[in-house]
Amino acid sequence: MNEIDDILQGIRHKDPRAIGRAISIVEEGDQRTEALLQMLDEEKIQTSTIIGIAGSPGVGKSTLTDQLVSYYRRQGARVGIIAIDPSSPISGGALLGDRIRMMRHTMDNDVVIRSMSARGRLGGLCAAAGAATRIMACSGCSPVIVETVGIGQAESDVANLADITVLVFAPGLGDDIQAMKAGLIEMADIVVVNKADCVGADALAMELESVTHERTCPVYLTVATDAAGIEKLASTIRDIEQEKRHNGQFAEKRRKAREAEVLDWAIEMVRLKLKNRIESCSKQITGDPRTIARKLIEEICDSQAGQQE
Amino acid sequence: MEARQQRGRILIGKLGLDGHDRGAKIIVRSLCNDGFEVIYTGIRRTPEEIASAAIQEDVDAIGLSLLSGAHNELIPVLMNTLRQAKGGDIPVIIGGIIPQEDIPHLKDEGVYGVFTPGTPVQIVLDAFRKAVGEYRLTKHTPS
Repeated sequence: MNEIDDILQGIRHKDPRAIGRAISIVEEGDQRTEALLQMLDEEKIQTSTIIGIAGSPGVGKSTLTDQLVSYYRRQGARVGIIAIDPSSPISGGALLGDRIRMMRHTMDNDVVIRSMSARGRLGGLCAAAGAATRIMACSGCSPVIVETVGIGQAESDVANLADITVLVFAPGLGDDIQAMKAGLIEMADIVVVNKADCVGADALAMELESVTHERTCPVYLTVATDAAGIEKLASTIRDIEQEKRHNGQFAEKRRKAREAEVLDWAIEMVRLKLKNRIESCSKQITGDPRTIARKLIEEICDSQAGQQE
Repeated sequence: MEARQQRGRILIGKLGLDGHDRGAKIIVRSLCNDGFEVIYTGIRRTPEEIASAAIQEDVDAIGLSLLSGAHNELIPVLMNTLRQAKGGDIPVIIGGIIPQEDIPHLKDEGVYGVFTPGTPVQIVLDAFRKAVGEYRLTKHTPS
């Protein structure tokens, strides 16, 4: 356990090597994971804010994140960034390229950037990324920005994990109908139309406003490459955070995030067991998949219960 | 379909003032297809930026493309910066226009492997697999 103590001390002293190693341990599901995560400073985790930035590929999430980082650095805050990209379902490999947009912060010791891949998890973002946000929080980062490409259902994970979710759109991507589909937009606290200097931005913003007007979800225009609209966005994020902390929504959201994360870890853990079981008897699997699945679950639950007796 | 067991994390970047990134991108794609997570830093990076990014990302290997002829100046700075940041054990593989007579000097600096134009991609992949495999076995904690 000495090794874990060293890492924990390193995290507290903002040592980038220790922070990086700690996240790797959690990501790889190393057996030391639990010892590490249990010892994190709960108070720092509570005071740190997690901002989720989601949106389709190419809308400018990384550039927007880069500008937000500059803004928070001018305010003297230490910032953490977790940039998540999809991984290949065939090779398991991934190209993690969000860092390119943020290279100007590389030499700043108070900007901690970690690129992660979805690693073929189903929803599965919460488990590893949630732990990574807490590791960064313990090294003094607040806010921690989680930036993720939002494809399919996994995008709602970032809204589960984050205290405040910013959903980013850009004109010309046919997003107006996408926006009206059920899903992430209902979980967003702020909607941003980036690339507002491009044709169609105003129309898109109007359409988004018509979707969000039933609840108090502001729609902002930004041009991330010029930092236009960033200060307003950042100050709104701060206002929403303070309001949520004040009225108890913040704590409630955190509690729910914790629940989602427990479920996520549990699914991760049981998934491997199930997969091995299915592969070991794949020739016998005939008939209705749902029935087989239920029997499989019952078998596993029974054998677990049997072991405990 | 289930993702395979993770092979490891590799940082690929271009060191120094040269923007010819086709070679680097071919290596990036090959490594991804081989199951690696590749963090690409883009062009015109300084040794300090590469070292800092590699430490933050906790990579298992660094691959750098240099076509500018500045390797004799930049690589020693990189290796030094890595050592100071407690990352001197991360294997560094370089490729590009590197004259044969410079290779022993680069190896003395601690470079794991050097590849020159015409090398089949598979040879480069094998070198990364070997380097990452060895490094992950001995990966130790900060002290």
